[in-house]
Amino acid sequence: MGANLRKESGPREVFCGLTSIVWLHRRMPDAFFLVVGSRTCAHLIQSAAGVMIFAEPRFGTAILNERDLAGLADAHDELDRVARELLARRPEIRTLFLVGSCPSEVIKLDLARASERLNEELQGRVRVVNYSGSGIETTFTEGEDGALSALVPFLPSTDKRQLLLAGTLADAVEDRLVHLFARLGIETVCSLPPRQSTELPGVGPGTTVLLTQPFLSNTARLLKERGAKVLSSPFPLGAEGSRRWMETACRDFNLPGDRVAAVLDPLEERARMALAPHRAELTGKRIVLLPESQLEIPLGRFLQRECGMELVEVGTPYLNREQMAPELELLPEGTDVTEGQHVEQQLDRVRDQHPDLVVCGMGLANPLEAEGITTKWSIELVFSPIHGIDQAGDLAELFSRPLRRRQLIHPALHPQTSNPSIHA
Amino acid sequence: MQLTLWTYEGPPHVGAMRIAASMHGVHYVLHAPQGDTYADLLFTMIERRGQRPPVTYTTFQARDLGGDTAELVKRTVREAAERFRPDALLVGESCTAELIQDQPGALAQGMGLSMPVVTLELPAYSKKENWGAAETLYQLVRNLLKPQAPDQPQHDPKAWMAVGRRPRVNLIGPSLLGFRCRDDVLEIQRLLTVHGIDVGVVAPLGAEVSDIQRIPQADLNVCLYPEIAESSCSWLERSFGMPFTRTVPIGVGATHDFLVELHTLLGMDSPTGEEGYRCSRLPWYSESVDSTYLTGKRVFIFGDGSHALAAARICSEELGFKVVGLGTYSREMARSVRAAAKELGLEALISDDYLEVEAAMADAAPELVLGTQMERHSAKRLGIPCAVISTPMHVQDVPARNSPQMGWEGANVIFDAWVHPLMMGLEEHLIGMFRHDFEFVDGHQSHLGHRGGTDQAAEEHSPSPVVMSHEEQGPVWTADGEAELKKIPFFVRGKVRRNTETYARQEGRLEISSETLYDAKAHYKA
Repeated sequence: MGANLRKESGPREVFCGLTSIVWLHRRMPDAFFLVVGSRTCAHLIQSAAGVMIFAEPRFGTAILNERDLAGLADAHDELDRVARELLARRPEIRTLFLVGSCPSEVIKLDLARASERLNEELQGRVRVVNYSGSGIETTFTEGEDGALSALVPFLPSTDKRQLLLAGTLADAVEDRLVHLFARLGIETVCSLPPRQSTELPGVGPGTTVLLTQPFLSNTARLLKERGAKVLSSPFPLGAEGSRRWMETACRDFNLPGDRVAAVLDPLEERARMALAPHRAELTGKRIVLLPESQLEIPLGRFLQRECGMELVEVGTPYLNREQMAPELELLPEGTDVTEGQHVEQQLDRVRDQHPDLVVCGMGLANPLEAEGITTKWSIELVFSPIHGIDQAGDLAELFSRPLRRRQLIHPALHPQTSNPSIHA
Repeated sequence: MQLTLWTYEGPPHVGAMRIAASMHGVHYVLHAPQGDTYADLLFTMIERRGQRPPVTYTTFQARDLGGDTAELVKRTVREAAERFRPDALLVGESCTAELIQDQPGALAQGMGLSMPVVTLELPAYSKKENWGAAETLYQLVRNLLKPQAPDQPQHDPKAWMAVGRRPRVNLIGPSLLGFRCRDDVLEIQRLLTVHGIDVGVVAPLGAEVSDIQRIPQADLNVCLYPEIAESSCSWLERSFGMPFTRTVPIGVGATHDFLVELHTLLGMDSPTGEEGYRCSRLPWYSESVDSTYLTGKRVFIFGDGSHALAAARICSEELGFKVVGLGTYSREMARSVRAAAKELGLEALISDDYLEVEAAMADAAPELVLGTQMERHSAKRLGIPCAVISTPMHVQDVPARNSPQMGWEGANVIFDAWVHPLMMGLEEHLIGMFRHDFEFVDGHQSHLGHRGGTDQAAEEHSPSPVVMSHEEQGPVWTADGEAELKKIPFFVRGKVRRNTETYARQEGRLEISSETLYDAKAHYKA
């Protein structure tokens, strides 16, 4: 392993796991996400997603008040009442996620027991599951790990030989990957999460799991416990990563290598063409990735190997060394990988190094831009179709765009006074 | 527990952040779990600021809870004080930190820091954002000015005459994440300049600690945003004898009243009543014949107290709308909103429950909703045109262009913004006459540039169970009655449906035919 791994602690500038609701509610439109927390939690989600106008809200918060904290109201009775009220308003909901928060965890509200009780009461009309999206336990995308982990016990058992793609994919990407796997010879491919929360895929000894996302440690563990085999591979970002990822599955399904090459070679060739203009833009540029989603290491690997960028520092909020091993092996010798964060010290390093591009959260993006440092805000990466060989060009474009934009508008917005006036 | 789909206000510590971020040289140490830094985005994305808010979070995690979180607070305070060297330090907790009770304010007070340290006690489970902002501003003003306060408050707002200078007032209340504060301040400054009045301190927006200390040097305080500034203005009145204005200058009439109040307090001659007509375009635009069709348009108003009150007055007195619903989420302003509603013959809705507001809106069946970002959700559901008049807001309501709500120009902005979502007059007439068009269909608003306008389904779609629950089984519409109802122009159809049902119930009719509809129409003279 060539990377230089270090840990840092101190103030962090990251989202909590509740934020995962912002994309999960679209992936499973028949589900509702009920956060049990404070007004802060409610404010977080609506600040993130409230710019969209919802005729029918897909998420909400059961806000704890003083009576709940003082123990004057039985928290479980209260939660039952709120859930009933909600389900009366939205009878079409099929899965209700009770999402734990910092306040509900600090006061040790037992949401697991609450969901069991509600499940009994609702008799299968609505499935109630729970997971934690609290900031004290989870960082950003780890919320999805929690939500998927909560679904795993409900997956039907099956012995069928099949490939399971775990982790949220854009619809078009999912269709494309399923199509490609069929061409390679893997006929049964299913996804977790599914597009409807009621259509959960089966799992069992015949199931091989490919993780599409690097932040699914707990989901992977639970799938293993259900008898599935979880493959170890680089993640499907970029042409190279996606190819290795697909080949890993093909090996597990004992598909003939020449057939795999016949399908994937033309794709890779085309991806190289799509990448070329972005590679020209990105080659030699120095990049820092701040910790946010655990996508940073695979992204750094892609940007370095396929786009020619120089990795100054790669931050990650959490590093699952076993799962990330195939990625770390692909990083250049001595790459600085930081797990955790002291945001002020990290920003000092950014300012000292003055990289060409910083991948960071939105709390830092505009302030760094104002200091003259080009940024790519990282949240977009979990909202964009970036997986697969065919998406390599689009993925690279997400990073070349801010650089190109700066070149495009900077001269006109910051004119040099020495330029002759057109009227002169 | 309260089921909350949308919340009108954030937690109180976000209000405190608004004060800190609006000012210069004030830093805020916030004891909060990892993740609460989302609030930075309100400033960097919604307000689109090019610097980080002056807030240092302790960002504790689960593993820290087993250890010494108090030590973490002290370390964070020390690091923040050394790194940012603020002129004043605010120390407080977020909702989760409130549960573990580390007393961060007391810890910071005991650290021997060189700058003033203001401890914030913001009860996150009972109070909200605006209260947090008001309390923070009040504590800051009080802490910084207490040493200056005289034993006997004495202050003459007419002293400027004797000294031989122009009168000088402070503008108190504008802040980041307030509604159009940036441009309101410019507009009011311009207005005051025209009247020969200088602006002393603007706070908290753009103020430094030294500016706060200069507040008593002005002749009086202009309380622009009572939700944020009233407690500070009252304290300044009690402690220094400084009077403050009570009128919020939103709307032509209110701006005039504000000028009269201000001139009277300062001992100046009041301006003439025709200034508004001369300086704002709203009066003529509203008088011109193109606006005749606005008469009696039914409007539902909801927002913070100040903006809802101002909107009610503008709608009923300046635009000729009929206010059919008025409410606020600002409990502190409940009394004045109730009084205003009573004058309009309404019962004010005082609530922070989004579902209750949605139900009231559906019940009033307005043709226009003036509300917050949240009302846009319910208005979409109900298929009603909507304009935003108050926070909570989103990024589109922090526009690049000059767009005040206050003063003469504010009234211009308001005229355009509130009339825009309504169907234009000619289109409204033609859709009322010809209902079989292939392009200009029912509910379509071609000036908004999209096909189909309001979703046809929205009006037909049965009201939500919550809305329905308090209604008993009503009379049944016959096919003939339904067909007649469809002929009613889209935006008043909701009201006609309700009126007809109420009438049929009163008359004890079990069925509603086209004749019942016309009976009801005559009965209500509408």
